[in-house]
Amino acid sequence: MRSVQALAVAALLLLPAFDVASAGEPKQGGILRLYHRDSPGSASIHEGATYSINVPFMPVFNNLVMFKQDVPQNSVESIVPDLAESWAWSGDNKKLTFKLRQGVKWHDGKPFTSADVKCTFDMLMGKSQQKFRQNPRKSWYDQVNDVTVNGDFEASFELKRPQPALLSLLASGYTPVYPCHVSPAEMRTKPIGTGPFKFVEFKANESIKLTKNADYWKKGLPHLDGIEFTIITNRSTAILGLVSGKFDMSFPTEVSIPLLKEVKSQAPNAVCVVEPINVSTNIIVNSSSPPFDNLDIRRALALVLDRKAFVQIMFEGQADIGGTMLPAPGGLWAMPKEMLESIPGYGPDINANREEARKLMQKAGYGPDKRLAVKVATRNIPIYRDPAVILIDQMKSIYIDGELDVVDTAQWFPKVARKDYTLGLNLTGNAVDDPDQSFYENYSCGSERNYTNYCNREIEKLFDQQSAETDKEKRKKLVWEIDKKLQEDVARPIIFHGRTGTCWHPYVKGVTVMVNSSYNGYRYEDLWMDK
Amino acid sequence: MFAYIVRRLALMLVTLVGISIIIFVLLRVVPGNIVDILFDAAGFVDPTDKANLEKELGLDQPIYVQYLSWIGGLLQGDLGYSYVSEKPALQEILPRIPITARLAALALLFSASIGIPLGVLSAVHQGSRLDYTLRVVSLSGLSLPSFWLGLLILMASVSLFGHMPIYNPNPATWTEAFAIYAVPAMAVGFRSAALTMRITRSSMLEILRQDYIRTARAKGASEASVNYRHALKNAILPVITVIGIEAAFLIGGLIVTETVFNIPGVARFLVEALRWRDYPIVQNLVMLIAVVVVVANFTVDMLYAAIDPRIRYGD
Repeated sequence: MRSVQALAVAALLLLPAFDVASAGEPKQGGILRLYHRDSPGSASIHEGATYSINVPFMPVFNNLVMFKQDVPQNSVESIVPDLAESWAWSGDNKKLTFKLRQGVKWHDGKPFTSADVKCTFDMLMGKSQQKFRQNPRKSWYDQVNDVTVNGDFEASFELKRPQPALLSLLASGYTPVYPCHVSPAEMRTKPIGTGPFKFVEFKANESIKLTKNADYWKKGLPHLDGIEFTIITNRSTAILGLVSGKFDMSFPTEVSIPLLKEVKSQAPNAVCVVEPINVSTNIIVNSSSPPFDNLDIRRALALVLDRKAFVQIMFEGQADIGGTMLPAPGGLWAMPKEMLESIPGYGPDINANREEARKLMQKAGYGPDKRLAVKVATRNIPIYRDPAVILIDQMKSIYIDGELDVVDTAQWFPKVARKDYTLGLNLTGNAVDDPDQSFYENYSCGSERNYTNYCNREIEKLFDQQSAETDKEKRKKLVWEIDKKLQEDVARPIIFHGRTGTCWHPYVKGVTVMVNSSYNGYRYEDLWMDK
Repeated sequence: MFAYIVRRLALMLVTLVGISIIIFVLLRVVPGNIVDILFDAAGFVDPTDKANLEKELGLDQPIYVQYLSWIGGLLQGDLGYSYVSEKPALQEILPRIPITARLAALALLFSASIGIPLGVLSAVHQGSRLDYTLRVVSLSGLSLPSFWLGLLILMASVSLFGHMPIYNPNPATWTEAFAIYAVPAMAVGFRSAALTMRITRSSMLEILRQDYIRTARAKGASEASVNYRHALKNAILPVITVIGIEAAFLIGGLIVTETVFNIPGVARFLVEALRWRDYPIVQNLVMLIAVVVVVANFTVDMLYAAIDPRIRYGD
């Protein structure tokens, strides 16, 4: 059995390699031109929480380890060495030691050593003198006691308890190693890395330019001479730029399904793929105040959802229905279909679900003559607004009259944090397809991103149990159990997991769009252009 | 005249101080600041981190202290630092001014050079087929939003020529350099041209009915001389007023046009800065626009006197 699995993994790893070989030997040179969807707030990946920063700046850096860039599905099996040559877990799984690569230089010529690793993670854990202006992923390292070094080329993560997910977190595009000798402020404006491309300039609202790192420690890479991002906030202009050949590639996972049709009609040769992005659209319910403090009403809300209608209207059928974890085949941790359909509201008979929902509403004192009026708060951008409108329409069938309450982006999270909402429609992105990231961030008692303040001590224990479980199959079963329970508790009803498109001209080779995260696949060292 | 100019300049100064207070207060009345937005992007709110950042940016200071600090800096040529890029605001704003200035100047030029002659033609041939056609064109100019016209131009350009005239900082030829400004200038100037044409037409029609025009014709002056030397010269005053006002309103059109044509000018930058609540950029840019508008108004008033000898500004 083990050899069959090994064969399957080997085949999976070889597939993209075959693809590149069949496309011919990579050609050197050329500037890859992409449009960027907006002007990122800074160039510092560690201080951002949007892939608007990862896409242009991931090529500047290296991680200790990374997800293999030509394998679409991120998993522990697809993790490969980067600045670390190798890694090893201690016998009790509480220490992860990395042997570091020697002879690597930062773009300013200074040598990379284990001190840089310590600096980076001390800063992420809030232990160093220098501080990030923002540190949105501090909680990723909650189980790390300390980062220790042994000489210049060995660094270890000492954990409070086993946490196999740590390796995946370290492989994310969100986890580059920063240089000790450059301040966080400088990293926001002129980032210095060890990666395949050097930072040239970042003109806000205009462009971001990277140039080839001729001294890159991976000999022969990168193939491109540089990458240029033109910041175009108007989608129509950006798409016209792509079809007219002004750009070689779209901004990754930014082409919506209707726009994809437009691209294919105007540039039939363009290569376009639609993949999940591991971003769920979900409902946040303020369960601490009436009327949603009533569990029956929350359950009715979960039962009213016709998820297929959302998927059909918004994605022409090209989106996925699941629980908290990204559905298969893209997702690694999704519960089986039969288990999912056994959760109230996920069954195929929508009419029966809604009949049950109406009974629950009547039990709570509502009916055709006494309808419940609620405001549905959401951010004032289409990907939030559109599903909110559909939700309002669906809620009508269970005596709930929703009124759309659009909130300016600047006010959305402060409003949610203040619990100044009754019902909201939200999007939740996951950088790593791993339950630790999703469960602790969104459902753990006291977590800053647990907007609904859902807190279940029993589930909390299960979070820790799955997190420490080193047997992957056992962990998976625990994760399914937790996910099912979260949906049954109406902690944050998941409506769907979206998919979006990426397009490029056929002469761009070596593009791999990740299928279970939109944050980790932008090193671009293997990309080349056949022209 | 001198006393009038001094009085106007003093009034301009008072106006600008008033505007600076309004800008400053309004910006802070709008919900959310840069810290909210930065933390919003991260999807969580940590009160301690937020407070630290607010302190670092001076946003924890009383509003009058922040205002005085801004004005004090402004008087010394220090516009502060952009909250987003962390670069000096002046360094961010200055390179964008020539881009927008070129675009605005071309748009105004287009508006005047198309609107005035067509307005004269329309008035001279009142009631003719040409007049009706030009009036329909001018009405459509007033009805078409510039962003829509811009997108139409881009789409037509891509489908007909396979090329897209959006901004390129390093144009290969002077024709490309001209096109990257001229096309968006036409898109934004079309509405202005339509308005100029309608004002010119109605003003000309009024003048053409005056006794002195009849006298000029009776004295044997040519039609061209009557229309352009005698009539247009007197009909132009309201047109200049409208062009002056349009220069101020142009910024609104430029915001969408710069976005559609992806031109990194001041107008688009202002919108982005507003989105980020980048106060140093927004307040300095709006002040700059206010100065342009105030100076444009002053220039128009001075032009009146230069064009119409009957107008004299006394004490």
